[in-house]
Amino acid sequence: MTVDTQSTPAPTPAAGGFDNDNVQAATVGDSARDYLNRLRGGDMGSLPAILGLIFLFVVFASLNDRFLTTYNMANLVVQAGSIIVLAMGIVFVLLLGEIDLSAGVAGGASATIIALMLIDYDWTWWMATLAGVAVGALIGLAIGSLVSFLGIPSFVVTLAFFLALQAIPLKLIGSGGSLRFNDPVLRGLSIKNVPITAGWIAAVLIVAAFAALSLWRFRSLSAKGLVHQPLGLVIIRIAVLAVIVLGLTALLSANRAPNPALFNISGIPWVAPVVIALLLFWTFILTKTRFGRHLYAVGGNAEAARRAGINVQRVRIMAFVICSSMAAISGLLAASYTGKVSPGSGGGNELLYAVGAAVIGGTSLFGGRGRAIDAVVGGLVIATIPNGLGLLNQASYINFLVTGGVLLLAASVDAISRRRRSSAGV
Amino acid sequence: MDQPLLELRGVNKSFGVVHVLHDVDFAVYPGQVTALVGDNGAGKSTLVKIIAGIYGRDSGDYFFDGQQVDVHGPRDVAALGVEVVYQDLALCDNLDIVENMFLGREETSRFGLDEVTMETRARETLASLSVRTVKSVRQSVASLSGGQRQTVAIAKAVLWNSKVVLLDEPTAALGVAQTRQVLDLVRRLADRGLGVVLISHNMGDVLEVADRITALYLGRVAADVSSKDVTHSQIVELITAGRSGDLGIAENPATATV
Repeated sequence: MTVDTQSTPAPTPAAGGFDNDNVQAATVGDSARDYLNRLRGGDMGSLPAILGLIFLFVVFASLNDRFLTTYNMANLVVQAGSIIVLAMGIVFVLLLGEIDLSAGVAGGASATIIALMLIDYDWTWWMATLAGVAVGALIGLAIGSLVSFLGIPSFVVTLAFFLALQAIPLKLIGSGGSLRFNDPVLRGLSIKNVPITAGWIAAVLIVAAFAALSLWRFRSLSAKGLVHQPLGLVIIRIAVLAVIVLGLTALLSANRAPNPALFNISGIPWVAPVVIALLLFWTFILTKTRFGRHLYAVGGNAEAARRAGINVQRVRIMAFVICSSMAAISGLLAASYTGKVSPGSGGGNELLYAVGAAVIGGTSLFGGRGRAIDAVVGGLVIATIPNGLGLLNQASYINFLVTGGVLLLAASVDAISRRRRSSAGV
Repeated sequence: MDQPLLELRGVNKSFGVVHVLHDVDFAVYPGQVTALVGDNGAGKSTLVKIIAGIYGRDSGDYFFDGQQVDVHGPRDVAALGVEVVYQDLALCDNLDIVENMFLGREETSRFGLDEVTMETRARETLASLSVRTVKSVRQSVASLSGGQRQTVAIAKAVLWNSKVVLLDEPTAALGVAQTRQVLDLVRRLADRGLGVVLISHNMGDVLEVADRITALYLGRVAADVSSKDVTHSQIVELITAGRSGDLGIAENPATATV
């Protein structure tokens, strides 16, 4: 590239080629002010979900003294598992501004296949799981192709799949029947716990790895004079993560049996490591790979992405494949929790719970915004509602009302913050 | 005069029964700004899309650096070093400046996306174009003004060591100060030795910044002249009537063919 012919000497990039180029917010205080400005501009992130979670915890804890017991907290983690995983899949289609209404029943259909393979064909758990995920991927491929190549709105395609896929479990299981789901490994995901020592080792490793990566990133960015967060903020983030991860590990490592003299129930439920592994994997895909970047680009401006040489159709199909595959894992976790698969599995609230979880967590229904962690935070909020209401012995119609209300509230927050974003230009 | 960097000869293009381009010759020279002017429907956009490889040609030849080349799609054109900056700004609002500049051509290392390299190169490019108006290269494009967005779109085209940059109505939606910024930038691109094509309706902009002017009239080249040799009113006549005194098409094509 030729040298700038203007009279001024070309400024060194690190020194800031631009007036007012902020390489970093100077202090933690500045970062806090930046954050407040972003909030005011409508960039809420996971904040509504975290506030909602605190609100629900305060309400339920004050109404029922069993809610905050570690026994119930562990229960909540297991209940949230399948919602979180389904929501994580939904995030991918929401990122493109699409929707998958069939994800819940795709999970039910996949779980049926898994159960049949285990019972009728004596497959090992991992072979059956792979078969189930493959069924999910196939469903996603079909949906994605119809949306991408024929240009049918995803709302219609997935509504059709929502109806049609319910036929699979009904045909295979038969009306009114159910398949038991008692493979020791797969059922164990919900009813067994990680050994306490292993849990602690994993927790410490996660915190250490996060700290090392954050500090390494800080050093390499600041050394090159690139945009980075202030050191104080990096340390605060590490500290918050350490408190959450180690605190939860400590809580779940204590004996939480209702009758501690007779039983010992302790350790992290196996669902949690599955969810965390998926979270780390998809976060890496979304933030550190070209495919992830292309997902955001297609969601933000599909035409711009196409002109940049991105294969928009492939990205779109992949998003549906990921969503339905994650739905299969979610169906597996749901079956693991209930111990059976019935023809109605996945046809109930699951999908709306998952969409609600993703949106409450901060993923936009309009595309282009969303993270894997949104599904985790949002999923915990959504799972807390039936958990807490169940403890209060409320009639189940209340549960529907509250969940529907929460979904509507989250969508409103999303729509309002989008309006503010476009006017504030953040 | 130098050899043209990019040249099209005898290009014809029809959409169904509508003959949009008639034997169009078009040349872009290194270090010069070539303005492409014409009224709505004259065929400017079609010609740009043919150069960009989005549309195929019915007939006619495509030369790059004196060599005849086969162009079958946008990727072939990008590989030659021809970049198009579209009027409707092909930027993603939800991504930041660096992410947009590298969109579709992200740098990767063993650990995934190489943000360090990308941000460094984006900074170098913006600095070399003397872009001083953006606050941070990590701010999202949604927060930029129209002129800044246009600047980012142009910088994106320059980042790839491109040889020819086509700008489709770069100042159409901009205010006075922002138009100034963009025109300065257009001039700097040409001063760096790039071939620049400016498509514009604004004759003031064209006369100020262009070295050559190619006027299209109803799908034909009405004139291909040096901007020093024509006046504002002559260009307007070429655009609206296809001829101006000695310049332009001899017979009125509106009545001659179709």
